[in-house]
Amino acid sequence: MSNERLFAFARQAGTVSATLIGLLVLTFCIGRLMPVDPVRAIVGEEADQATYEMVAERIGAHLPLYQQFIRYVNDLTHGDFGVSIRTGQPVINDILHVMPATIELATFAIIFGAGFGIPLGILAAVQRNKPADHVIRFATLIGHSMPIFWTGMIGLIIFYAALDLVGGGGRLSDYYVGLVPDRTGFILIDAAIAGDWEVFADAVNHLMLPASILGYSSMAYITRMTRSFMLDQLNQEYITTARVKGLSKSRTIWHHAFANIRVQLVTIVALAYGGLLEGAVLIETVFSWPGFGQYMTSNMLIGDMNAVMTCVLLVGVIFIALNLLSDALYKIFDPRTR
Amino acid sequence: MAALETGMETVRRSWLVRSLRWVASHRSIALGGLLIGLIVLAAIFAPMIAPADPYEQDLLATMLPPSWGHPFGTDDSGRDILSRVLYGARISLIEVVLAVGLAVILGVPLGILSGMSGHYLDQAIMWIMDILFAFPGIVLAILIVSVLGPGLVNLLIAIAIFSVPVYARLSRNLTLGLKSQEYVEAAISLGISRRRIMTHYILRNAIGPIIVQSTLTAGTVILSAASLSFLGLGAQPPLPEWGAMMSDGRNYLGLNIWMSLFPGLAIMITVLGFNILGDGLRDLLDPRK
Repeated sequence: MSNERLFAFARQAGTVSATLIGLLVLTFCIGRLMPVDPVRAIVGEEADQATYEMVAERIGAHLPLYQQFIRYVNDLTHGDFGVSIRTGQPVINDILHVMPATIELATFAIIFGAGFGIPLGILAAVQRNKPADHVIRFATLIGHSMPIFWTGMIGLIIFYAALDLVGGGGRLSDYYVGLVPDRTGFILIDAAIAGDWEVFADAVNHLMLPASILGYSSMAYITRMTRSFMLDQLNQEYITTARVKGLSKSRTIWHHAFANIRVQLVTIVALAYGGLLEGAVLIETVFSWPGFGQYMTSNMLIGDMNAVMTCVLLVGVIFIALNLLSDALYKIFDPRTR
Repeated sequence: MAALETGMETVRRSWLVRSLRWVASHRSIALGGLLIGLIVLAAIFAPMIAPADPYEQDLLATMLPPSWGHPFGTDDSGRDILSRVLYGARISLIEVVLAVGLAVILGVPLGILSGMSGHYLDQAIMWIMDILFAFPGIVLAILIVSVLGPGLVNLLIAIAIFSVPVYARLSRNLTLGLKSQEYVEAAISLGISRRRIMTHYILRNAIGPIIVQSTLTAGTVILSAASLSFLGLGAQPPLPEWGAMMSDGRNYLGLNIWMSLFPGLAIMITVLGFNILGDGLRDLLDPRK
């Protein structure tokens, strides 16, 4: 590693740690700003003054703010994210418990979004300014313009209530809940391990509608980026050369142009995957999906401070990591940016 | 006289032909502009076109399906949904103006300042922006509202705050590009004050991309505001805000789909309009074209 690259790496590390520190400060401030008395939240409304004082002493509510902050960071480094006031469980356990539901949903959504979005983007680029291009851009833009909770509601009415094609809210029908042992938290994996394909099918049935709606909302972004990357390639001279040499059109598109944009596409899909978290907050509410989004919003609404702080921290870390990942991918695969 | 009239006719026709040609070559701007124009007209003339008072309840005519008397049906309190959707356009446009305006007023000066000054100030501003950027907008908005308390104004502040980094980054990048242009260097050499350079030399030339971004953000603002109102964090009843109307409609989803359907369609048309318009403006300003 040359000196220059070492310096660039140190700089990057500096920026990331500065952002992380900022994130910690922000999370801490949120915890202090929320209109909830942390002591009262633990002891309850009925507690007498002595109990109140004792708990306040124990959680350090009387210390000056900067000392509280140090205490908070210290707890975090020891893996202590606090206890949820609502469930009485360590927050981190609660989050690990709800996370698989969201990952399952988001993964299916991104498979749907990228599975349709990338081919559509390529088609739009090849058919530039022809009817197919306009139709694709318009259709995906609609997905980006609909309020996702509304699409969810209308989807439930049409595909569940009227046509009975998919399962309703929740991850499983009531009848199937608790039939397979909870090993990983991912119902599909658990059902597959148990070999219970009926449960598996029911889970897929429940997953289809929310995942495709979530995926549709991300499709506009994926399609647009694919189209624009592809156009950049198609306008270059090597494509003309390949065509002049007598290469077929489809071979030029897939083996030359597409081969060159794969890395960029991975980056885009990774960013879109993180972006799904935003949609997940809303879609989980509509579909009663017991995932991270619903956990986070419900705790924000009732003011369960430790839970909210940890969720916010986690979301921030995920997004910083995604941004880093996309930077890193560019650097690895595009020698010019090194 | 006759000759003059024929001349006028030619001028008029050529004007028409030219504008039609312009529309044909800028279809996105025309379509987006048309959709937004319709919403703006609906907002302005809501009192004249709305068949009923949006707040007037009629408990004998609740949750009616669409009919001639109530083209969009009535809601759970017997209020006319069409009238509420029309008045809702006013609220949505106010949301856009306030949230986008606030984000631009805060973000653009920060970005220009950051780009012009460099060094520590630049790093400090961008540090804060990066932290805000580390959150999906809606999560940050829910968070801010849970601190400030629910309500339409707090909601708009929250949306503006998460949009600030977008404008700060954009105007910083534009400033960095413009700063090295010769006319700006010339202005610096002439001893023109930094403040005047920022406003008259940088801002004036950065305004195009900022307008494009504002149009695209407008769609996001409406979607976020509706989402938060849907979660019960934004506009409170009986305000005819589209998201709040759907939140209401969700309770009767199995009984009456119209309460949720029409406000959602209104949002879709508005956001689609802003997105198409923004895309068109972006293409218009794209120097590569």
